[in-house]
Amino acid sequence: MTTRMLGEKVQRVEDDRLLRGQGRYVDDLAQGALEVAVLRSPHAHARIVEIDVDPVLDVDGVVAVWTYDDLTGPMAEPLPLLIPHPALTHGRTQHALAKDEVNHVGEAIAFVVAEDRYVAEDAVSRIRVTYEPLPAVVGVEAARSAEHLVHEDVPGNVAARLEQATGDADAAIAAAPHRLSLDLEVERSASTPLEGRGTVARWDPDAGRLTVWSSTQTSTGVRAAVATKLGLDLGQVDVITPDVGGGFGVKIVHPWPEEVLVPMAAMALGRPVKFTEDRREHFVSSAHERGQLQHVDVGFDDEGRLLGMSVQLWHDHGAYIPYGLIVPIITSTQALGPYKPEAYKVVFESLYTNTVIVTPYRGAGRPQGVFLMERTMDAIAAYLGRDRAEVRAANFIQPDEFPYDQRMTFQDGRPLVYDSGDYPQLLDKLKALVGWDDFESVRQEARREGRRVGIGLACYVEGTGVGPYEGAHINVETTGKVKVAIGLTSQGQGHRTAFAQIVADELGVPFEDVEVTSGDTRRMGYAVGTFASRAAVMSGSAVALAARQVKAKALRIAADALEAAEEDLEIVDGHVQVRGAPASRLALGTVAVLSNPLRYAFDEASKLATQFTVGNPDKPPVEEDDEPGLEGRDFYSPERSTFAAGMHAVVVETDPDTAEVKILRYAVVHDCGTLVNPMIVEGQIHGGVAQGVGGALYERMAYDESGQLLNASFMDFLMPYVTEVPERIEVDHLETPSPLNPLGIKGAGEAGVIPSAALFASAIEDAEGIPIRRMPISPSELYDLRRKAAENAGSVENAGSVESARSEPVETKESR
Amino acid sequence: MTETRYDVRLHVNGTVHDVQVPARRLLSDALRHDVGLTGTHVGCEHGVCGACTVLMDGRPVRSCLVLAVSAVDAEITTVEGLADADGSLGPVQQAFKECHGLQCGFCTPGFLTTITAGLEENPSPTPEEAREMVAGNLCRCTGYQNIVASVLRAAELRGGDA
Amino acid sequence: MKPAPFELVRPRSLDEALEALASSPDAKVLAGGQSLVPLLSMRLASPALLVDINGIGPLAYVRSDDDGVRVGALARHTDVLGDDEAARVQPLLRKALRLVAHATIRNRGTTVGSVVHADASAEMPAVLALTEGHVTAASVDGRRRIPAGELFVGPMESSLRPDEVAVEAFFPALPAGAGTAVEEVARRHGDYALCGVAAVVRPGEGARVSYFSVCDVPVAVDVSEQLAGGPTDAAVADAAELALTRLDPPADIHASADYRRHLVRVLTARALRSAWDEAHEEGR
Repeated sequence: MTTRMLGEKVQRVEDDRLLRGQGRYVDDLAQGALEVAVLRSPHAHARIVEIDVDPVLDVDGVVAVWTYDDLTGPMAEPLPLLIPHPALTHGRTQHALAKDEVNHVGEAIAFVVAEDRYVAEDAVSRIRVTYEPLPAVVGVEAARSAEHLVHEDVPGNVAARLEQATGDADAAIAAAPHRLSLDLEVERSASTPLEGRGTVARWDPDAGRLTVWSSTQTSTGVRAAVATKLGLDLGQVDVITPDVGGGFGVKIVHPWPEEVLVPMAAMALGRPVKFTEDRREHFVSSAHERGQLQHVDVGFDDEGRLLGMSVQLWHDHGAYIPYGLIVPIITSTQALGPYKPEAYKVVFESLYTNTVIVTPYRGAGRPQGVFLMERTMDAIAAYLGRDRAEVRAANFIQPDEFPYDQRMTFQDGRPLVYDSGDYPQLLDKLKALVGWDDFESVRQEARREGRRVGIGLACYVEGTGVGPYEGAHINVETTGKVKVAIGLTSQGQGHRTAFAQIVADELGVPFEDVEVTSGDTRRMGYAVGTFASRAAVMSGSAVALAARQVKAKALRIAADALEAAEEDLEIVDGHVQVRGAPASRLALGTVAVLSNPLRYAFDEASKLATQFTVGNPDKPPVEEDDEPGLEGRDFYSPERSTFAAGMHAVVVETDPDTAEVKILRYAVVHDCGTLVNPMIVEGQIHGGVAQGVGGALYERMAYDESGQLLNASFMDFLMPYVTEVPERIEVDHLETPSPLNPLGIKGAGEAGVIPSAALFASAIEDAEGIPIRRMPISPSELYDLRRKAAENAGSVENAGSVESARSEPVETKESR
Repeated sequence: MTETRYDVRLHVNGTVHDVQVPARRLLSDALRHDVGLTGTHVGCEHGVCGACTVLMDGRPVRSCLVLAVSAVDAEITTVEGLADADGSLGPVQQAFKECHGLQCGFCTPGFLTTITAGLEENPSPTPEEAREMVAGNLCRCTGYQNIVASVLRAAELRGGDA
Repeated sequence: MKPAPFELVRPRSLDEALEALASSPDAKVLAGGQSLVPLLSMRLASPALLVDINGIGPLAYVRSDDDGVRVGALARHTDVLGDDEAARVQPLLRKALRLVAHATIRNRGTTVGSVVHADASAEMPAVLALTEGHVTAASVDGRRRIPAGELFVGPMESSLRPDEVAVEAFFPALPAGAGTAVEEVARRHGDYALCGVAAVVRPGEGARVSYFSVCDVPVAVDVSEQLAGGPTDAAVADAAELALTRLDPPADIHASADYRRHLVRVLTARALRSAWDEAHEEGR
C-alpha cells in the first residue's frame, strides 16, 4: 500500500545538498570567469555631459568597458516594458546603460569586465563622469506637485491614471448615515533576499549557443529577453536557474541591465563572464516596493456595513516602470479583502520619482490595500464604539455567496471573482486562537502592573495562482526513476519536494523515485515564472495533469503486456498490477522499456522491447496517435485566479517610557485550499510574518531630499533578527479547496506578510489610543505621536505616562 | 601597476591550502574562490548578515571581516567541514533538515557554523539561549521559528541532555 | 564592495609593528578589523599600508588586580567578557560588552580597538570615559598614557597618533560599595544604541554617568550632587537635565533629536536607579 503523500509533512529533498555547503548559487558557478563591476550614478537626477573611461585602461587586469555609446541594435533600445496596460500612457523604461541622463542613484552607467571583482572595482573608481545635476523628485508629494519632472516628456510625473468602480460610491457615501475620511501612508521597503542578483553567461562559438545562469524568478522570461536583445533565436539560448538565495519578488523583474550585458560581454569576449551584485548595489539598483499615499472616504450604517467607499491612491513607482501597473492594480482591487461594499470606487495615479524602481515585493500591493481597508474597519469600529471583529464580520462575503464577483478587473486582466472561502469561520478560529473575547481582562491585568498592551487584527484575501499557464513534463526512465521538469523557478519554497509528493500520489510511485527539476529552459521551454503565490497552484496542477497522462499511458501499455483490461489495473509502489492480484505486476521501468519499441538492444532490460520480442505484427510499432517513451506533458491554464484568505492577530506591549513595541503573541489562521506539505506552508507563513514585522516596525527606505538613499546597508536597513520576531507564531489552517484546479490548491507564498502593516497599526492604536495612519512606525515616531496627542489633550508633560495617552482615536467625523 | 601577492597557508577543515593572494583578499573570497569551498556565502560584506560565518579556532567569525592573510595562524572550519566523519549529516545539519530550518539555504551555512560552536559552549540551551545563539545571523526566509527549533533539536541529537 | 589595494605587513613583535608604522605616513593598524574592514570594503578608507598585529600573541591579555583591569590590544571582546576576574574588578566591562554588537563580532573585535576607534555610539569608549581609565600608546619614540578625558577629541577621532599602537586600555577598579548599570535602547538587539547610559553610583560618595549615541564624543557627567539624597524622581531628572546641557543628541533616520533627549531622561533614571539598587544589594 502506497502512503498518500499529499498533505504530509515530508522532509525536503532539497536540504541535504544545501546543508553540506554543496548548493550551487550563481556566484558559485564558473569559477575563474571574468567578473563585472558597474559604475552607478551618484546623483538622483542628472544629465551626463561626458564619460571618460581612458584611465581604466591603465588598470592591470581590466578586459573591457562599455558605456551607452558602445551599445548597438536592440541593446541600445530601452529595456522592455514587461506588462503594458491601456492606462499606462506614459511608460518609460531604462536603458541597459544610461543614455544622456540618470534618474536615480544607482542607475548603471558603465560596465567593466576584469579578471576579478576587486580589479573591476578599481577600474570603476577611475572612470570620470561629468554630470549636470538636475532637481530630484523624491516622494509622492514632490511627484504630485510636479514642480520638477522626472522625465521631461511625462507631464505631472504621471505614468498612468486608472479608475475602477462598482455602483455609485460617491452617492452611496453621501447618503450613508455615517461617514469617515482617512489619510494614510505606507513607506517603502524591499524584498532584500540574502543573495542579491547575479548572472553568469558562457558563449559556445562552436555550437553557436549561449548559456546563461541567472538568479531569477523566471528563466523563460530571461531567455526571451536575452534572445531579443542579442538578436539570437530563442533556440540558441539556454537559461538555467541554479539555487537561488531568495527572491520575494525582486527577481521577477527581467531583464536587469546586467542580465543582458553579461551575455553580451561573454559573446564579445569569448570568455565566461559573471556579475555578482553586492549588498550596496542591491539597495540602489534593484527594486523596492510599498510606498503609497492613500485617501479613503467611506459611508456606513449603524452596524458598520460599508455602503459606499471611495479610495484615491498615489503610487510611487520610482524612476521607471518596467513592471507596469501590477502593484497599484493589486492594491486597488485586493483592498476589498473578504468584504462586499455596496459601492466601491478606486482611482490611482502611478507616479515617477527619482528613486529606485518599484516592482512587486512579496504581497505586491496587497499590504497597502489591506492597510487602507483594515484601517478603515478599525476607524469605523472606533467611531461606532463597536467591536473591531464584529464590524468586519458584518461586512464578510458569506460562504454561500461563492463564486463571488467583486465586479472589478484583477491584475491578470480577468474578472475579480472569488472562487471559494469561509471568512466567518476563519474569524471564529482566529478569535479562539488569540483569545480575542477575553482580551479586556488581559488589558486590565497589564494595566494594573503599569504595562500597556493592545491587540490588533487584520483580514485579507489574496488572489493567487494567476495565469497565463504553467507546464510540466514527466518522463519515466527505464530504471523506474521519474523525472519531472517544471518551467518555473525555485527560491527556497521546496518545489522539488512538494511536486514530488504530487507525482508520487498521482502516479503511484515511491516519493524517493521522483526527481524534480525547475527553471531550466532546456527541460521546459514554456513557463511564466514564480510570483503571486502561483507555483503550487499552477505547476502543482500541471504536474498532476502530466502525471495523469503518464499513468494512462502506463496502464495502456501494461494492459497489453499483462493481458488485462486497463480498468482492472492500478499502479502501486512503482508497479502496475491487476487490482486484487498483485502477483502479476510490471515495474514501471519495464513499462518504460516497452513504451519505446527498439531495433537495438543495449542492455538486458532493453531486449524486452526489441523487434523480435514484442509487438503485434499487424499494427505499427508506434500507433498513429502515439509516440515512443513513457512520458507526459501537460499545461494548466486556469480561467482565473484562486483566492486564498487569512486573518492575523497580534498582541503588543508598548513601553510607556521608551515607546518600544514588543510582540507578546502572534496568531495566524490561513486558508490556502488543499495543503500539499503543511510543513512547507507553515515555513512560508513564518517567513512572511517575519518580513511583515520588518515592514511594520523596522524597515524603510530612507531617502533624503536629494534622492540619496541614506540606509543602503544592513547596518541601517533594519531587517529583523530572531530577537525582533515573535517567539512563537500560532498557526491554524482552514482548507476550502479551490474548485478551479485538479487538486484544490490555493497559493501560500505571500500570505504571511500581507496584513502586517494593518495589523500592527491596529494593535498599537489599541494599546495607545492614538490613531496610527502611517506605517512603518518606529519608537521615535510613536513617541512623537504620543507627544502630539498629549499636546492636543493639553497635557504635554504626561506624554510618557500610561493614563494620559489612552484616548479615543480622533477622526474627521460627520454624522447625520 | 602590479599588486603584491602574499603566500598564505590556510588550514581549512583539517586540510592545508596554499594560496597566493593580494593583501586585500577577504577570507570569504579566498575560501570561496581560491580554495574552492563555495559553501560559505557572502550576503552583505559588511559583517551584519552572518551568512559568511566560519569558525576560527572553534569560534564563529565573519569571514568577510577577516583578511585572508590574517587567517594564517588559525584552524578554519567551514560548512563543508560539519558533516560527521562517516559522511552523514552532522547533528546541526540533521536538525535543520528535520525541523525545516532552511528554505533558500543561502544564510544556512552561517547558522550551521554558529550553532555548532554555540552548542560546544552550551550543549543544553534553553529556548531563550537558543535564540541568543543565533541572534547575530539574518535569515529572510524562515522567520527564525524553525531555526530556533533546530538549535534545540541539534542539542538533543548531540546528546546534550544526556 | 572590495577593498582598494594596500600593502600589508604582519609583524611578530610590537617593535616590528612600530617600525612599520613609523615607515609609512599612510599606515593603519589592523587588529580585530570589525570596524576597519567594512570601511575598507566600502572604500571609505584606503590606507597604503596595513600593519596587522594579529600575530603578536603577547598583546592578547586581560589582567586584573586591585587597581583595575588591563586589556591588551589583541584581547577580543569575548575574552574580556568571559573573564570573571575582570567582571569582578570592574563589572561595567561585562555589562557593556554584552551589548557590543553580536557574539560573532565580539569573537574577533578587540576592546582596545573599539576604544580607540572612538565611535561615540559605541559602548566601550563610554565605559572608559565613565571610569576615567586610560590608554597606553606606543610608538618608536616610546610610550605614553592617554587619559580618557584626552583620548576622545571628535567624532570617530582619537588623539592617538598615526604612528602609534594603542597597546593597552586600563579600566580602574570599581570602588567598594559602588553599583553600576548600563542601559540602552537600540532599534534591534545588537545594533548601535539610539541612546545609551552607563552609570556608577556609590551611595553617599558620588555618582557618575556617561553617554553614548547622543554626543560627538563620549561624555561623562558627575551627578554626585544631584544624587546626594538618593535616586528620587527629582534627583534623576535633575541629573538628566544636567547631562543634557553637555549632550547634543543628533537626529538621524532612526530617531529624532527630541526622542533621543527623551531617552536621555528615561535611561538616566533607569541607570542611576539600577546602579543605586545594586550598590545597596552589594552592601547587604
